[in-house]
Amino acid sequence: MSVEPSPATPTPAAAFGRSRTWRRSGAIAGFLVTLALTFLGLLAITFFIGRVIPIDPVLAVVGDRATPAQYETARLAMGLDQPLVVQFFNYVGNALTGNLGQSISTGRPVIEDLRRFFPATFEMATLGILIGVALGVPLGVTAAARQGSWLDQIIRVVGLLGYSVPAFWLGLVGLAVFYARLRWVGGPGRLDIFYDGLVPPVTGVILIDSLVAGETDIFWNAVSHLMLPATVLGFFSLAYIARMTRSFMLDQLGQEFVTTARVKGVPERIVVWRHAFNPIRVPLITVIGLSYAGLLEGSVMVEVVFSWPGIGNYLTTALLNADMNAVLGATLVIGAVFIFINKISDVLYRVLDPRAR
Amino acid sequence: MRTRDWLLADSPASRLQANAGRAYRIVVALLANPLSVLGGLIILALLLTALLAPWLAPYSATGQDLGNRLMPPSAAHWMGTDELGRDIFSRVIWGSQITLTIVLLVALISAPLGLVIGAVAGYFGGWIDRVLMGFTDIFLSLPKLILALAFVAALGPGINNAIIAIAITAWPAYARIARAETLTIRNAEYIQAVQLAGGGPIRLIVRHILPLCTSSMIVRVTLDMAGVILTAAGLGFLGLGAQPPLPEWGAMISRGRTFILDQWWVATMPGFAIIIVSLGFCFLGDGLRDVLDPKSEGRT
Repeated sequence: MSVEPSPATPTPAAAFGRSRTWRRSGAIAGFLVTLALTFLGLLAITFFIGRVIPIDPVLAVVGDRATPAQYETARLAMGLDQPLVVQFFNYVGNALTGNLGQSISTGRPVIEDLRRFFPATFEMATLGILIGVALGVPLGVTAAARQGSWLDQIIRVVGLLGYSVPAFWLGLVGLAVFYARLRWVGGPGRLDIFYDGLVPPVTGVILIDSLVAGETDIFWNAVSHLMLPATVLGFFSLAYIARMTRSFMLDQLGQEFVTTARVKGVPERIVVWRHAFNPIRVPLITVIGLSYAGLLEGSVMVEVVFSWPGIGNYLTTALLNADMNAVLGATLVIGAVFIFINKISDVLYRVLDPRAR
Repeated sequence: MRTRDWLLADSPASRLQANAGRAYRIVVALLANPLSVLGGLIILALLLTALLAPWLAPYSATGQDLGNRLMPPSAAHWMGTDELGRDIFSRVIWGSQITLTIVLLVALISAPLGLVIGAVAGYFGGWIDRVLMGFTDIFLSLPKLILALAFVAALGPGINNAIIAIAITAWPAYARIARAETLTIRNAEYIQAVQLAGGGPIRLIVRHILPLCTSSMIVRVTLDMAGVILTAAGLGFLGLGAQPPLPEWGAMISRGRTFILDQWWVATMPGFAIIIVSLGFCFLGDGLRDVLDPKSEGRT
């Protein structure tokens, strides 16, 4: 049986191919537009917070000990004599070229500060998500495979604790137990004081820098300092990832093809880890992406507890000093990274899941 | 038994009977789930503690007793004392009032705001919908804690500003829900009937659309309360929320941070209160979702 397509209409395959390319480029354009609009929205919010809410934005930037001359220079430098719309466009232009103003507490451009502090946050959050994935996925799968068992109950409770334990509290308790009592881990900070500044910063990530410099002592010292904060962060991503994995797996294990595989006599381990687990890998990528973005945010509290020299610590120090440029710069960077990771995992989902194409 | 029959009647004779019957069925379904009962009891305990704090607390929340500084937990001081000799147990009890106030005010500000924005966007559609939802989506795609921190930075530290900042970051999720619900109801026949009878958009939204959004809103608000408590405690911990000497739980943990290595109880005890109350809202929210909004189960 062969159906000859009439010459007037293109073959179904060709039409399909063409419309798919069209749709894909349309989707990419749409994606870029939403991404740009979201970033613009983020800028609009930080602009609003910095320029509209404070009664006197100049005072918020220069502090109340500034002389009238300093005040006037700052006012003109901020362009506050211009209409709000013009101010906003200037603000967006400045932010896009990396000009986020000076920090009054460090006296350096905010963008430079952020560049110095970011690697520490990145290092901690990345190790945190690795811990969360390495433990959360197997735990979630096992919980679903043995639904109702004591292991399942424990994992459910852990999942809910992830929503109800304050990160800063867990960090403090961790310090009290594992640092003060048991001496298993290093204390606050990234390194012991006598190692501080010995490794030339190449990437800013101490685990890499110390290995590049061949300083294994410093590497292990950095590991001992990093373990606890990264585990605290990892606990929160573990709780979320395990909860979502369990729920995805339960959906799959109820499907008919799983029953068929079982009836055919496929070993349970293969049913769980191949038949049921393979289809959930794609949605899991989105969950992991969301969780990673959430860790960048959650690290703010953990960094404060562990005196970790990352963006979160920079942000909170700036908050307490009423250093608005630094606060808004850090908000902007964390927000942008957060949005970016979210959108990337969304795109990955669409690319990897044939049904969403 | 007769009241039960009246409550469960298949064809209620009055609006009162229908409403009472519905409430009865929800309560019965909730009571069947031990975790939601536990959650409900925790929230009830929080309410009672906050109301009866003057009678329950053995000591004052702010009274100092420098002779009894940093005493470990004992029969006289169940949770020990802090660096000014204040009884931590009493402070935790008084602190429940602050937590309850924050939770209630955030819910009362953000839920109606989100409801109205979502319902208006869903009902009118078109460019109103696009503008409002674009705005909502931008807020939704930003990290909540960071946004709240930035707002508090601009507004100034303090408990009122913390509540405002948290409410500002909480409404977008409610707007999304209200819009989705409105879209499914908008073209229903009874809405057209009201329109034909001359009901204007305000009357329609307030009297006929919003009431139908309430059950999914209640579920979502209850589930979100754990997050609200954590954010509020976080702001207090950073010194941006409730100011000393207010016995706010997060601020208490912050004071105890200095002594965490030796006097562990100062920072640890208020944390347990936070965890228990947040867990209570999680349990109750999970149970309410199973009863009121079963279709969204497991997909939060």
